[in-house]
Amino acid sequence: MTPDAKRTVRITDTSLRDGSHAMSHQFTAEQVREVARALDEAGVQVIECNHGDGLAGSSIQYGFSRESEMDLISEAANVCEQARIAALLLPGVGTIEQLKEAVKRGIGVLRIATHCTEADISQEHFEMAKELDLEAVGFLMMAHMRGPEVLVEQAKLMESYGADCVYIVDSAGAMLPKDAAERAEAMKEGLDCQVGFHAHDNLGVGIGNSLAALEAGADQLDGSLRGLGAGAGNAKTELLAAVLDKMGVETGLDAFKLMDAAEYTIAPMMPFEPMPDRDSISIGYAGVYSTFLLHAKRAAERYDVDVREIMVELGRREAVAGQEDWVIDVAMDVAKEKEGAAS
Amino acid sequence: MSEDGKAEGKVKVAIVGSGNIGTDLMYKLLEEPGHMELAIVAGVEPESEGLKRARDEGIETTHEGIQPVLDDPEIKIVFEATSAKAHMQNAPKYKEAGKIAVDLTPAAQGPYVVPVANLTEHLDEDNVNLMTCGAQATTPMAYAVSKVTPVRYAEMVSTVASLSAGMGTRQNIDEFTFTTARGLEEIGGAEEGKAIIILNPADPPLIMRNTVYVVPENDEVDEDEITSSVNEVVSEVQKAVPGYQLKNGPTFDKRDTPWGEKPVIMMFLEVEGAGHFLPKYSGNLDIMTAAARKVGEGFARHLLGAEEVVA
Repeated sequence: MTPDAKRTVRITDTSLRDGSHAMSHQFTAEQVREVARALDEAGVQVIECNHGDGLAGSSIQYGFSRESEMDLISEAANVCEQARIAALLLPGVGTIEQLKEAVKRGIGVLRIATHCTEADISQEHFEMAKELDLEAVGFLMMAHMRGPEVLVEQAKLMESYGADCVYIVDSAGAMLPKDAAERAEAMKEGLDCQVGFHAHDNLGVGIGNSLAALEAGADQLDGSLRGLGAGAGNAKTELLAAVLDKMGVETGLDAFKLMDAAEYTIAPMMPFEPMPDRDSISIGYAGVYSTFLLHAKRAAERYDVDVREIMVELGRREAVAGQEDWVIDVAMDVAKEKEGAAS
Repeated sequence: MSEDGKAEGKVKVAIVGSGNIGTDLMYKLLEEPGHMELAIVAGVEPESEGLKRARDEGIETTHEGIQPVLDDPEIKIVFEATSAKAHMQNAPKYKEAGKIAVDLTPAAQGPYVVPVANLTEHLDEDNVNLMTCGAQATTPMAYAVSKVTPVRYAEMVSTVASLSAGMGTRQNIDEFTFTTARGLEEIGGAEEGKAIIILNPADPPLIMRNTVYVVPENDEVDEDEITSSVNEVVSEVQKAVPGYQLKNGPTFDKRDTPWGEKPVIMMFLEVEGAGHFLPKYSGNLDIMTAAARKVGEGFARHLLGAEEVVA
């Protein structure tokens, strides 16, 4: 069936990494074992598991992990029979020291994330990943902020450092399907390595964007069970599995098992269900980092300001991934302004 | 001259490296020489912008590397503005020639120095290191808290304009986090330090921002005392770096930490450059050259036998 060969796509599940944001980094070893086992049994080939902000993300800036991410990686690796474990690393936050430790704990895939214009800070990490025989995946974050041309140029840098795949990462959940498609198409054309797409559902088009990227040639997609992730969450893994199956796209996933995992494993441990509610829609609409959501809610409460005012100002200041400190700074500025206006 | 010291005379100094940092430092030394006289700027590329500018200012230049600097016995202090690799090679030669090296690269061949915190402790060394821009900006805040109460943990987050992060930083970003974290421990007095750096490509470029979080050892802290210590250190740093500003804080919060629920002291800094040579948003580079000038002046006065060093 060569001319009509079935289209395949690899799905990476990031419930245990992007989901770490929605869980305020409180995953326990037991929860990680349960989730990883369920994903492994459902045929997921790559399971990302570590602090939401990448290796060594445990901090005041992003929130401390309840349990050591290295221990959680070990737990996930131990229960998986076929799936490989991935970890995310943000150069500037995590370093090669943690990368080496994560390899000892059992990761087989490293995903290296930079802001979509800063790929050249990832060279040493890609080179080390390849030296350690890892599959290395590039992650160009906040990719809605730049057009296809810039993304291709940045992705090519990652490719030259050794990336096996480069992802378009819609960290702000700000893209529409045509944005995803034109970026994926340009990347496929400009790169020899694979192309991936990571969605956030802030504008309710997480699945739509993933499908648009797929149609445009993407080889890999991300999902999380019940969408457990930052902001309104990610494309739901179980939903991707069902939809792709209906489209006749080969994923190797068992959609029913994933639905069960979402229903019985993840749902009971979720502190809330990420969805495009008022605050998440604001994030997608303003184009700010999805992870700011819970930080902004806390700051809004602490300084008695509207969470949307914080988001809009962060958007105006062009905050990028990782700048959670600006959330507090902006909240304090907004509060000061209000006080000034009142007096 | 801003310092009102008692020392007389001048000490000859050299700048090795004619790139952005070396050139900005040159303008600072020309504007405020203190007890230093800039004798030579050394580079390797005769037509480089930096060497041209030095010649325009009437400063002697060489494009033959460090040999002419080593050969001049009157030069006592060398500012190294090359690369870590170059400084590793140059450091023993400076030492042999009896010169003091003020190292602006991350080579770390000598003790870490942040002028406001520990300059006077290292005036008998022949090599000192200025760590990173982030460390120069943030360790003073951890140090200010440490003066009042023991510090369990200090964390800094630097946001730097993409345009002001050179290839040296980009290709070795891990070094920034390691070195800055160690600075928070060794100079900031924290039992444990952590550093995060973020590059932001916003246009127009943003001015360097730094956030410092400090977790004290004790659950009860004297907020007034910490606030005044922080403000005092800020105004001390401002003497060398006028664009150093505490935008918000110190603000006191409680957070869940690995050590239980603890008070967290938060400080939000902005560092605007003086715009001597580099654009004003490059506060990250400016704070390095300003620190270097301050350290050079400290050594110069010490060599001249000034009774006290105004750091």
